[in-house]
Amino acid sequence: MSEPVSALNKAGFDGIAHVQEIGLQGMITLRGNLAAKDLKAAASAVAGVAMPGVNEANCEGERGLCWMSPDELLVLCPYDVVQANTAQLQQALTGTHALAVNVSDARAVFRVSGPVAREVMAKLCPVDLSPAAFSPGMFRRTRMAQVPAAFWMVDEQTFQIVCFRSVAQYVFDLLSVAAQPGSAVNLF
Amino acid sequence: MLTLQCPYCGVAADETELSAGGEAHLKRFGPGSSEEEFHDYLFTRENPRGVHFERWRHSHGCGKWFHAARDTQTLEVFGTYKAQTTEPPKDIRDAITAKRPGWTWRDVA
Repeated sequence: MSEPVSALNKAGFDGIAHVQEIGLQGMITLRGNLAAKDLKAAASAVAGVAMPGVNEANCEGERGLCWMSPDELLVLCPYDVVQANTAQLQQALTGTHALAVNVSDARAVFRVSGPVAREVMAKLCPVDLSPAAFSPGMFRRTRMAQVPAAFWMVDEQTFQIVCFRSVAQYVFDLLSVAAQPGSAVNLF
Repeated sequence: MLTLQCPYCGVAADETELSAGGEAHLKRFGPGSSEEEFHDYLFTRENPRGVHFERWRHSHGCGKWFHAARDTQTLEVFGTYKAQTTEPPKDIRDAITAKRPGWTWRDVA
């Protein structure tokens, strides 16, 4: 079997914030009735965290659950167990109207970290990223310049961003430009 | 710039995060309808200066379709509501009446 590689092979950029493609991350799209007991139980069993509320992400290390839409969850897990976890989800949801698909290789994942990480993101997204409005634990799907993206905060100074793999270079370039040395706005 | 609150995920979404879906509450005329009905269904649209009802999709967010009631002249948004309805809900109509007494839109008032 061929060796899996991430979109940009862990490319990094240092400016007013550090931009890093974090490499391979297991991601499973889970669609179904998020209020259903068996779906909640199956998702929590695989991710090892509790169900997130609306617009929230529950993440611990490489594992987590993110609320994508009223009928969609993003299940995060280490890349090497993603196939096993997808099968486990499908097994647990047999007979229910639900769908679990391994989308790890269709996505790229970035981290933006540093004291002005909020600014770097705020330059690109039509989202209120002030500390009062967006904090760790929250999750947001939005637009970064011209492409769809989703992000959450790992801690007070770190964003984790998920985008489509086909636009990984574009997103990396966007983040690098937004993090150019000397471009701090000092808004937050 | 328009900011609409998505009734599904609650996000205050910027216009650029949304896709416009045209006039709301159209009744579909398909096979079996008269040519005139089909023509009107395809081509005839409201074009009001003032209160208007539109469909929007939170395309860069949760992906859901919803409805918005707004004023095309002032860009004021009266409210947004879920797509699972064939007419504007009463609370939205009341909110418009409070600000635009005597408004009408198609056969809604």
